[in-house]
Amino acid sequence: MTSKEYRSITQIAGPLVFVEKTEPVGYNELAVVTLPDGSERMGQVLDSSDDIVVIQMFEGTSGIPRTAGARFLGETMKMPVSKDMLGRILSGSGKPLDGGPAIVPEDRLEIGGAAINPWARDNPSEFIQTGISTIDGMNTLVRGQKLPIFSASGLPHNEIALQIARQAKVLGGSEDFAVVFAAMGITNEEAQYFMRDFERTGALKRAVVFLNLADDPAIERIITPKLALTTAEYLAFTLDMHVLVILTDLTNYCEALRQIGAAREEVPGRRGYPGYMYTDLAGIYERAGRIKEKKGSITQIPILSMPGEDITHPIPDLTGYITEGQIVAKRELLRAGIYPPIDVGSSLSRLMNEGIGKGRTREDHKAVSDQCYAAYAEGRDLRGLVAIVGKEALSDRDRNFLEFADEFEKRIVQQGRDEDRTIEGTLDLMWELLGSLDERQLTRIDRKYIEIYHPKYRKKD
Amino acid sequence: MGKEGVIYRVAGPVVTAVGISPRMYDVILVGKEQLMGEVIKIVGDKTVIQVYEDTSGVRPGEKVVDTGQPLVAELGPGLLGSVYDGIQRPLPVLMEKMGDFIERGVTAPGLDHNLKWPFTPVVKQGDKVTEGQIIGTVPERAITHKVMVPPGINGTVDMIKAGEFTVDEIVAVIDGKEVRMMQKWAVRRGRPFAKKTAPDEPLITGQRVCDTLFPLTKGGTAAIPGGFGTGKTVTQQQLAKWSDAEIVVYIGCGERGNEMTEVLTSFPELKDPRSGKPLMNRTVLIANTSNMPVAAREASVYTGMTIAEYFRDMGLNVSLMADSTSRWAEAMREISSRLEEMPGEEGYPAYLSARLSEFYERAGSVVALSGTPGSISVVGAVSPPGGDLSEPVTQNTLRIVRVFWALDTKLRERRHFPAINWLTSYSLYSGQLDGWYKKNVAEDFPEMRNWAIGLLQKEAELQEIVQLVGSDALPDEQKLTLEITRMIREIFLQQNAYHPVDTYSPMSRQYTYLKLINRFASHAAKAVENEVSVEAIANMDLRNRLAKSKFEDNIEDILKDIADTMDKEFEALGGK
Repeated sequence: MTSKEYRSITQIAGPLVFVEKTEPVGYNELAVVTLPDGSERMGQVLDSSDDIVVIQMFEGTSGIPRTAGARFLGETMKMPVSKDMLGRILSGSGKPLDGGPAIVPEDRLEIGGAAINPWARDNPSEFIQTGISTIDGMNTLVRGQKLPIFSASGLPHNEIALQIARQAKVLGGSEDFAVVFAAMGITNEEAQYFMRDFERTGALKRAVVFLNLADDPAIERIITPKLALTTAEYLAFTLDMHVLVILTDLTNYCEALRQIGAAREEVPGRRGYPGYMYTDLAGIYERAGRIKEKKGSITQIPILSMPGEDITHPIPDLTGYITEGQIVAKRELLRAGIYPPIDVGSSLSRLMNEGIGKGRTREDHKAVSDQCYAAYAEGRDLRGLVAIVGKEALSDRDRNFLEFADEFEKRIVQQGRDEDRTIEGTLDLMWELLGSLDERQLTRIDRKYIEIYHPKYRKKD
Repeated sequence: MGKEGVIYRVAGPVVTAVGISPRMYDVILVGKEQLMGEVIKIVGDKTVIQVYEDTSGVRPGEKVVDTGQPLVAELGPGLLGSVYDGIQRPLPVLMEKMGDFIERGVTAPGLDHNLKWPFTPVVKQGDKVTEGQIIGTVPERAITHKVMVPPGINGTVDMIKAGEFTVDEIVAVIDGKEVRMMQKWAVRRGRPFAKKTAPDEPLITGQRVCDTLFPLTKGGTAAIPGGFGTGKTVTQQQLAKWSDAEIVVYIGCGERGNEMTEVLTSFPELKDPRSGKPLMNRTVLIANTSNMPVAAREASVYTGMTIAEYFRDMGLNVSLMADSTSRWAEAMREISSRLEEMPGEEGYPAYLSARLSEFYERAGSVVALSGTPGSISVVGAVSPPGGDLSEPVTQNTLRIVRVFWALDTKLRERRHFPAINWLTSYSLYSGQLDGWYKKNVAEDFPEMRNWAIGLLQKEAELQEIVQLVGSDALPDEQKLTLEITRMIREIFLQQNAYHPVDTYSPMSRQYTYLKLINRFASHAAKAVENEVSVEAIANMDLRNRLAKSKFEDNIEDILKDIADTMDKEFEALGGK
């Protein structure tokens, strides 16, 4: 479609370009701004009226003069998708970075992504074994879930995400599996780390990688996750694949959102982030799940670094309200030399109950996990007390719980970077630790499970 | 100025049009695709419209059509068991029309207009009837659906007939006006009733901490605030499943898609503990998930409330769950900021408090126009950012509601569910319900409850000392108090929503537990006086059996056995 070029730019501010006296332009349509040197920049219409059209530029406005021309493409942004995207590395705006050929599209899809009709959704209930005990045993991940990692600078969230990507499997399943990886504003070094691991393990040929690096335009970050999820939806719901989407780092995405909000002179919400950030983030996270009568699924593991390790910061806070739980990494654990430093107390998987139990993991799973939670929490509370009164002042019961908490961290939380534990192994390990407690303290476990799985009764046979 | 105009400006869900002169809150069809929207502001010749659907690609210059009427809900047989979006479009019909994803520009009526329902008149030709009066019945799922005279119509019945009709067909003529089974009602206006009455009966939920400690009435209002992960949704769903209302309206307002799926898959399978029929038969679900259009989210609570009022008018007890009112408030904030209104606290519009109170005031126990009593109880979840209860939505809600179930992150972390904090929660209804409890549960029920609350309060004080000096430094009597409150917490307050037996605890059983723990406490106090160690009491097999009894299928037998053997087992402990 050839379209008219306007030379009526009246104002340029931050990432926004204002064009006057155009013919009717649709909201959210794509626009191309041509610089005097002939180079082109893409943008999207944010506000369209009879008098003025506001374009948000994806790649920034630096170098754009008032004399630049603006064209409108008459359509909203679409993503070319194809099966051949597996194994490709693309930029944050979807252009090939690996020197390979352009993608020959099998379809072109709207990147905005319509909401899945809640009626069409299928209940996610298939257990994914990640091989990490704190996740499998205590905060179980299921297919179609969105489970973010809440981390902070300096914590090994990337390693955890990679370990999950490497080890994730469904018991007894060998279906088509793919990884979509979207990096937003991460450093070149981090990107290298991911790429090396993908290459080392051969995961790259099952992956589509989108890279928006720290020095790429911040505005581009706004569309990177949408491109990644559009690709994921194509792989999952057209090509019947099980897709794991890793998004890192959502904090950078939200910063970009704030930047645009400020440029548009919007009324800011908490900490300067736009008031619609909840809806915006929901537009990303909700693109996970299963659909009835479709084979594929989208499971999301977004990573975000909590500024100042503050879980009440708007980014983790709003995320937690949308996602189905969270895996929280804590510096205290890392300092104590524990990898992965996952704090099970503040972690949660809301879909856990759907994915565990008889026929999925093991019948005693829920009870054992609840008991470990309660005992670990009690033991940790006692640590504060010990610091004041010393171990001697504790009753035997309390000392037992204190030891339980220490052992729990050393044996269940702690595991190797390549250690892939089975769910049976994890549960047996949990029983082993619970065996050290007085049996009467196991109030959350049905008697029948104690008789089957408790180490004391097991040794008899 | 006519029925049709053109778009002047499009900015996200807010569209400005010229050439029409509608009334505020009238529905406007926007653009080529006829997207539904609502007038939210009129400035000179410009009309500002909030559109319920995505506006990508909509251009200035496209046509707008003024429908001349506000957003209405269709009310009549066929509501029960339905699943709607925020503007009462049935989701299964949308799926049929446009596939697994919600595309736009598709309309679907709230009720099935082709289905025939058997109508039996209860008045006859020549009778004088007034608005709201019941003129006939239709059997529908869990209830007998009552067909009422639409508000505004009074006079003599000129014609009425029995038979099978669709909701569109005329079943009666009153005072020269045609009456159908279906009524349409503007969702933003409360439906009329004769008078409000004081609620005096509890809404029994089967959740021990709610029913016993902080009861809600039929016709009462409650708020459940709590940070993420504290169990707002699970609590709401438990109330939706087990509360003894005849009708449940559940509004998933800006929440997770997968959560709605869970409701959608579990409700048809679960049985109502009273009628034994699937829960879905008495339920209307409204699902406007977080990524569905924000304007429809704003409208969803009104749609739900209007449906609830319709059932109330038939003389039924309705409970309405809104999960979450914070998302509703955020939708208001988002639209307000697009209108460039002057913001109030934290960017919320200055009318936030007024809207919240208007909404909660539509709850209550009433005498309907038909003369029968009915009620709407409202339970609103609140999602305070960062779990900070001083934020505007929580604060404005607390000024209105009379029951406060405070969810607590600390309790959640130790997997104490429901994580309702017994020290900060309150119910302003407990006093006025004492009479009911005395009459229907047990004479000493209020006494038992106050005993438990008092002891828990004492525990909090003792815990502070324990934090400083350790529990061994306490005298035996206080150690025993901690042991008893541990029992209250672990046995009585904790309740496993996922356990088939424990998920619902009838009132009589709640009382039995409380009474048994109380008896245990007085025996134990005597034993301690006789120099039996607190540890020995805590390790009693009896205590252990009591703790585990709530998960057993033959729970009643076990409780009876415990009651019978308690005296003996304490004797066996000996002492001086």
